[in-house]
Amino acid sequence: MSRTTLDLWVGFFVAVGLGALLFLALKVGNMASSNSGDTYAIHAKFDNIGGLKVRGAVKSAGVVVGRVTEIRFDPEAYLAVVTINVDARYKFPRDTFATINTSGLLGEQYIGFEVGGDTAMLKAGDTIKKTQSAVVLEKLISQFMFNKAAEDGGNNK
Amino acid sequence: MAKNCWKARCAVANGIARVLRGLGQRVTSRIWRLGYASRFFLAILLHSGTALRRLHLTIREIYFTGVLSLIIILVSGLFVGMVLGLQGYDTLQRYGSTEALGVLVSLSLVRELGPVVAALLFASRAGSAITAEIGMMKATEQLSAMEMMAVDPIARVVAPRFWGGVISMPLLAALFSAMGIFGGYLVGVQLIGVDEGSFWSQMQASVDFREDILNGVIKSFVFGIIVSWVAVFEGYDAEPTAEGVSGATTRTVVTSSLAILAADFILTAFMFTGT
Amino acid sequence: MTGVPGVNMSQESLVEIRDLNFTYDERPVLTGINMTIPRGKVVAVMGSSGCGKTTTLRLIGGQLKPTSGTVKVGGQVVHELDAAGLYGLRRRMGMLFQFGALFTDMSVYDNIAFQMREHTDLPEALIRDLVLMKLHAVGLRGAHSLMPAELSGGMARRVALARAIALDPMLIMYDEPFAGLDPISLSIVGELIRKLNDALGASSIVVTHDVQESLKIVDYVYFVSAGKIVAEGTAEEMKHSTVPYVHQFVWGEADGPVPFQYPARPYGEELLESAVRRG
Repeated sequence: MSRTTLDLWVGFFVAVGLGALLFLALKVGNMASSNSGDTYAIHAKFDNIGGLKVRGAVKSAGVVVGRVTEIRFDPEAYLAVVTINVDARYKFPRDTFATINTSGLLGEQYIGFEVGGDTAMLKAGDTIKKTQSAVVLEKLISQFMFNKAAEDGGNNK
Repeated sequence: MAKNCWKARCAVANGIARVLRGLGQRVTSRIWRLGYASRFFLAILLHSGTALRRLHLTIREIYFTGVLSLIIILVSGLFVGMVLGLQGYDTLQRYGSTEALGVLVSLSLVRELGPVVAALLFASRAGSAITAEIGMMKATEQLSAMEMMAVDPIARVVAPRFWGGVISMPLLAALFSAMGIFGGYLVGVQLIGVDEGSFWSQMQASVDFREDILNGVIKSFVFGIIVSWVAVFEGYDAEPTAEGVSGATTRTVVTSSLAILAADFILTAFMFTGT
Repeated sequence: MTGVPGVNMSQESLVEIRDLNFTYDERPVLTGINMTIPRGKVVAVMGSSGCGKTTTLRLIGGQLKPTSGTVKVGGQVVHELDAAGLYGLRRRMGMLFQFGALFTDMSVYDNIAFQMREHTDLPEALIRDLVLMKLHAVGLRGAHSLMPAELSGGMARRVALARAIALDPMLIMYDEPFAGLDPISLSIVGELIRKLNDALGASSIVVTHDVQESLKIVDYVYFVSAGKIVAEGTAEEMKHSTVPYVHQFVWGEADGPVPFQYPARPYGEELLESAVRRG
C-alpha cells in the first residue's frame, strides 16, 4: 500500500468520523440551540421549586429564552434562590411574573415568564419580585379530597 | 477408628490449604501482571514522541485499525439501529407514544450502544489483529532485532499501534451511532410510518449535547485506551510460540471485553446519575 | 570508521569476557566463561543446543545483564553503560538472528535501509546507493523489491546478512547462521561471513553447531558444554583435539560424553517389571 493511498484512506476515515460526530451534535442533539450567545444573570426566589433542576429551561410565551444555572437555599429567608441566565437579546420588565410550570401533566418542570406592563427592564443581578412556586401534587390531591369530603358532607346535610 | 478420622481431617485440611494457596498464587500473579502492564502503559506514554514525530507510522496504524474496521462497524450499526427501531416501536405502541421512537433510538445508541458495541467489535477485530501482529513479531525475533539495531521497539512498533487505536475508537463509535440512528429512521419512518417530523424534533429536544453526546464520546475514548492498551500489552508479553500468540489473542478479546463492560458501568454511574 | 567516542581503537581485542557467570531462574546457564575476540578475526562458539551459546551473544549485546563477571566491548563494560551509551554501542554492532528475523511488513530494500533511515540523516538517493551496494555484496541486488515472505530460506538469510552489515559495524554476531540451509546456501553464507569480515576489517562471532562449514572459515573456536568452556583453539587444533566432548562433536559420534540414551532405569529392570505385572 503506497503512502499516498494510505493517507487518502485515513483522511477519508477521519473526515467521515468527524462528520458523524457533527451530525450527532447538530442534527441529533440540541447543541445548535443552546449556549449560542451572551447572557445576563438574574435571580428569582421561590417558596418551593418542586422538581426544577439546574439547566432546566426558562420559557416565555412557550419559547426558550434562558436556562437555570444555579439553585441555592437562602437560610435566612428559608426560600429557594434560583439564578437564571437569560439570552441577552431579550429584555423583560421589572414586574415579570416567574412561575414554575410542568410540561405536560407529569413532565419536566421549567420556569415560565409572564410579562407585566412595567417600562423599566430587569438588569443583570436583579431579583424577580413576583413568583409562584411549583404545584406539589400531594397538596393538590389532599385539597381535592378535602373539597370533595366537604361537598359530600354539605349535600348529606 | 480414631486414627482414620484424624487422617481424613488432615487430608481435608491439606486440600483446603492447597486450594487457598492456589487461589492466593493466582491472585498474586494477576496483580503482578497488572503492575507490569501499568509500567508498560507508562513506557508507551513516555515513548510516544516517535509516534507523533513520525506521523506516517501512526497514520498507517489508523488505517489498519480504523479504516479496515469501517465495514463491520457501519453494517453492525445499521442493523442495531434497525432492530432498535422495530423493538422500540413494538413497545412504545402499547403506551401510545410512538413519536418518542426517535428519542429511544438516539439515546440508546448515543449513550450506551454506540460506544460499547463499537468497542466490543473493535476489540475483536482490531485488538486481536494488533496482538497477533506484535506477538508474531516477538516470536520471529523481529522485536529483538530492532532492539539490537538500537531502535526502541516500544517507540517504533507499540506506541503507533496504541495511538492508532485510541484515535480510531471515538470516530468508529460516532459512525456506529450515526448509522444506527439512520437505521432506526429507515425502519421507523420509512418502513413503519412513524411521523418523520416528530421523530427528529423529539430527538432534538431530548438529546443534550453535553450530557449525552459528549459523555458518549468520552466513553468511547476511554474504551479506546482500554482496548489498545490490552491489545499491545498482550502482544508484547506473549510467549514467543504459536500457542503463546494464539493464547494472547484470545486473552486480548476476553480481557478487553470485560474491561469495557466494567468501565461502562463505572462511567455510566458517574455520568448519568449525578444530577 | 574511526573516532567513535568511548571506543578504544588501539586495543588488540575487541571483545573481552572475564569470569562471566549468568543464572536464570536459579539455574546456572553460564559458569566462569573467559573469552577474547581479537580484532579482524572470525571466532566460532560451538556446542550442542541449550548450552548457553545464544545467551553469550545476548550478554555481549547488552540484552541480558551478567550475574557476575564482566563483558567488555571496545574497552567499555557493557552492563555499566547507560541507555544512550548502550544504543551508541549497538549502532556499531550488527547481528544476524536465527532464521533471519527480517521485518515482514517491509520489502527487502526497506529492511536494509531501516538502520540507515533511523540512525543517519542521509538523503534517500545516497541510501539507495548504499542499499544496492550491500545487496550486491551478498548477491541479491535484483531482489530488492521483494517482500520477505517471497524469499527462500537461503535468500532470506543473505538479506539478513546484508542488513546486519548495513552500517558497517565493527562487530558482527551470527546466531546459527547455517541452520536449515541447503548445501549451496550453506557454502555461500560461510564464504560471505569470511569475506565481509575481512572487507570491513571487523570481528565476527559465529554461534553454531555446524562443524563442517565453520571450521572452514573461522580463526579460533570456543567449545561450550553445559555452560562451561571445555576447549578452545584454532580450527586445526580442534580437529585433532583429544578432549572427548570435542572429539564426539567434531566427528559426529552417536555416543560419548553426550550420551545416546536419555537417563532412565536399567533396561532389564523395566522389561522384567512389565513381565511381572502381566504374569
